[in-house]
Amino acid sequence: MFLYLVKRTIYAVPIALAVGFVCFMLVQIAPGDPINAIVPPDASQELLEQVRRDYGLDKPLPVQFGLWLMKVVQGDLGRSLATGRPVWDDLSSAIGNTLTLAVAASLIGFVLGCVLGGLAGTFRGSVLDRVAVTTAVAGVSVPHYWLGMVLVVIFSVQLNMLPAMGAGPGGSSDWAWDWEHLQHLVLPAVTLSVIPMGIVTRTVRGIVAEIMNQEFVTALRGKGLTRMAIFLHVVKNAAPNALAVMGLQLGYLMGGSILVETVFSWPGTGLLLNSAIFQRDLPVLQGTILVLAMFFVALNLCVDLVQTALDPRIKRA
Amino acid sequence: MRLRHALLAALLPAALLAAQPAAAQGTIRIGMTAADIPLTHGQPDQGFEGNRFTGIPLYDGLTAWDLSSADRASTLIAGLATEWAVDPNDRTRWVFRLRPGVKFHDGSDFNADAVVWNVRKVLDREAPHFDPRQVGVTASRMPTLRRAEKIDDMTVALFTSEPDSLLPINLTNLFMASPAHWERLRGQHPNAEATWNAFAANPSGTGPFRLTRFVPRERAEMTRNDNYWGEKARAERIVLLPIPEANARTAALLSNQVDWIEAPAPDAVQQLRSRNMQIATNPQPHVWPWQPCFLETSPLRDVRVRRAINLAIDRDGLRQLLNGMMQPAVGTVPPGHPWWGNPSFNIRTDKAEARRLLAEAGYTPQRPLTLRVQISASGSGQMQPLPMNEFLQQDLRQVGVNVEFDVIEWNALFTNWRNGCGHPSARGAHAINVSFASMDPFFAMVRFWDSKMAAPTSNNWGMFNDPRFDRLVAEARNAFEPAERDAALARLHAAGVEEALFIWIAHDVGPRAMSPRVRGHVQPRSWFVDLRLPYIQ
Repeated sequence: MFLYLVKRTIYAVPIALAVGFVCFMLVQIAPGDPINAIVPPDASQELLEQVRRDYGLDKPLPVQFGLWLMKVVQGDLGRSLATGRPVWDDLSSAIGNTLTLAVAASLIGFVLGCVLGGLAGTFRGSVLDRVAVTTAVAGVSVPHYWLGMVLVVIFSVQLNMLPAMGAGPGGSSDWAWDWEHLQHLVLPAVTLSVIPMGIVTRTVRGIVAEIMNQEFVTALRGKGLTRMAIFLHVVKNAAPNALAVMGLQLGYLMGGSILVETVFSWPGTGLLLNSAIFQRDLPVLQGTILVLAMFFVALNLCVDLVQTALDPRIKRA
Repeated sequence: MRLRHALLAALLPAALLAAQPAAAQGTIRIGMTAADIPLTHGQPDQGFEGNRFTGIPLYDGLTAWDLSSADRASTLIAGLATEWAVDPNDRTRWVFRLRPGVKFHDGSDFNADAVVWNVRKVLDREAPHFDPRQVGVTASRMPTLRRAEKIDDMTVALFTSEPDSLLPINLTNLFMASPAHWERLRGQHPNAEATWNAFAANPSGTGPFRLTRFVPRERAEMTRNDNYWGEKARAERIVLLPIPEANARTAALLSNQVDWIEAPAPDAVQQLRSRNMQIATNPQPHVWPWQPCFLETSPLRDVRVRRAINLAIDRDGLRQLLNGMMQPAVGTVPPGHPWWGNPSFNIRTDKAEARRLLAEAGYTPQRPLTLRVQISASGSGQMQPLPMNEFLQQDLRQVGVNVEFDVIEWNALFTNWRNGCGHPSARGAHAINVSFASMDPFFAMVRFWDSKMAAPTSNNWGMFNDPRFDRLVAEARNAFEPAERDAALARLHAAGVEEALFIWIAHDVGPRAMSPRVRGHVQPRSWFVDLRLPYIQ
């Protein structure tokens, strides 16, 4: 297990390099100029060149990439071109906010997904199954930014029950786990949960249905086990595959949703990326994507380890 | 004596009531269009929204805009300087007399040393407090300012690279930060960059509000400055919230999470009105045009074609399309403005005259004119570029002009704007659709019509070159009496309209929506607002 852990950690290094390089090149290839984040459109060419020199953007691309990489190795993600603030400062608070939202959305999505999927798999072909499948398909198909807007119109604008935006009455920096703050989480979390809910429902349904058809379940029934006891056996067998899917979904959610966070002005990584893209804020873009990619890699590793622990049949060298 | 006491007793409640708005009243929560809080160190980013919300409320410049009236064009007034004049013997030297008794939020005095320090922060690379990050947003807006020199405690001399009567207008963009506060913070931080970051989190200016809470990307809270040198703010607190998405801003206002939003989506205006929200609009010094290319290969080089296009556009129809959220543009400034100048070419909708001019220029139904215009799908100040341009495309087809669009991303369009229409990035475009601010004559006219400003030097994208206009620009820059300067600018503007140097289409009306509880707001004809005036009832 230790060797496996070391090997996977070493694998993360080329992934980080590739992510950093691809992200750097994508921003360079995209039309537009990062200088536009710093100077107004009416700036003279002379001023543009001066600012370009001040920010080191006049250097050849490989040199710029190399300098950035050297800083990253030392734990410095650089400073935002637009605000001058250290990227890590903005990113760390954004990750915290996205994490809060992702965990809330995962809880809703995974619990609903497991319940609906489990029921549909157990009672395949029934009305319950059809309702669950329809809900799952709707969850995966409905554009979640649209759903977010609809929820805002109903619950914020018309019914005035829940806040439409923000991460608490005083911002995320004084977040507390009370209703005054949690109510800000409800609509974005529900909006964000529909896709994982749909995917988990379909996955769990498929796995449960498959396991229910296996011979050992028939044998268990034949032995006279109760429905609950059989269900526990099914859950244990379904858990590794379901966990893998949930891990991936959690990874996606932790990457932040640009659209949902923008619709709800939720100050997470999605909103940070959104403004960085529009401003061509290269250091913020590169730093955020790199950290999120590493997060994803780490999360996959965790899922693999949990899977291995749960299912001894999965052998890791 | 008893009568006097009785009268006083009777008048006191009335006097208190009348004085009530002047007392601190409530917190106004504002939803901005920006995705982040504009920089708070004294030279805001995020375009003029930055100046509006973290520039003018926290700081003052030597000169300022009069934002007190909704009925007349916003003009230049005294700020931290009470009077100024150019040196008659050296027209590159201006003398500014400073307002006495002004203190920064940290309690230090505002004086000539502070002015010199603030000029050096963006222009003197050798200064210990020079901040390259502030240069970009400042230097371009005062292109001729070179240095400052203290004459005495309350008098300062500013030097320009060439005689420039526009300097006092440019100086509205240079905000005065406290040198004493910066020096105090410098002792706690390793370098100037870190000190400016600390200053941004805890700034000190001379403005009517002090920054009391700052959460990057989420909120900035400003509290009324009770020691302000001028008329004090009526609201006790202003909370700034970045909400970049228009529907989210509208929902936040309708659900009472904010009291004021900038730029509601045009199609939400009806709904906002039905919920008793106030919609404030007024033509802004903003122009949404097509800027022509004047190179040999461009059909817009011919003045008859430019005039024809200007006459073919149904601006009132476009206004209807935008639910009234625009003002038809018939010049860079509207009629009645001091720089209007009564041009002989009257821009209106006259399709018959447009057809006649096009025929005269050699374009007929058998040989139609085809124009290629570079536009964006969105962007700051661009209003609703796609539906507006499609409307123009349909309109111009009626006079036999086919319009093709080259739709590119906003940031890329900006970059191309600096390259000029002869550059490969123009991809053969005959016009470009980039909106601009027009309250400063340099940005309204000079940078487009002065041949020295041809791309890539500045925004003369069309490579316009006419010695007559160079002379008119020089006259305006050398007219140092305000009335004389306005007259020179009016001659320049009138000549520009007569030559149809733009296809003028719309002025933005800067819509903002407010809760009925917000009182006292004045919507000036400006990009800015005076946040001292509104309060919550």
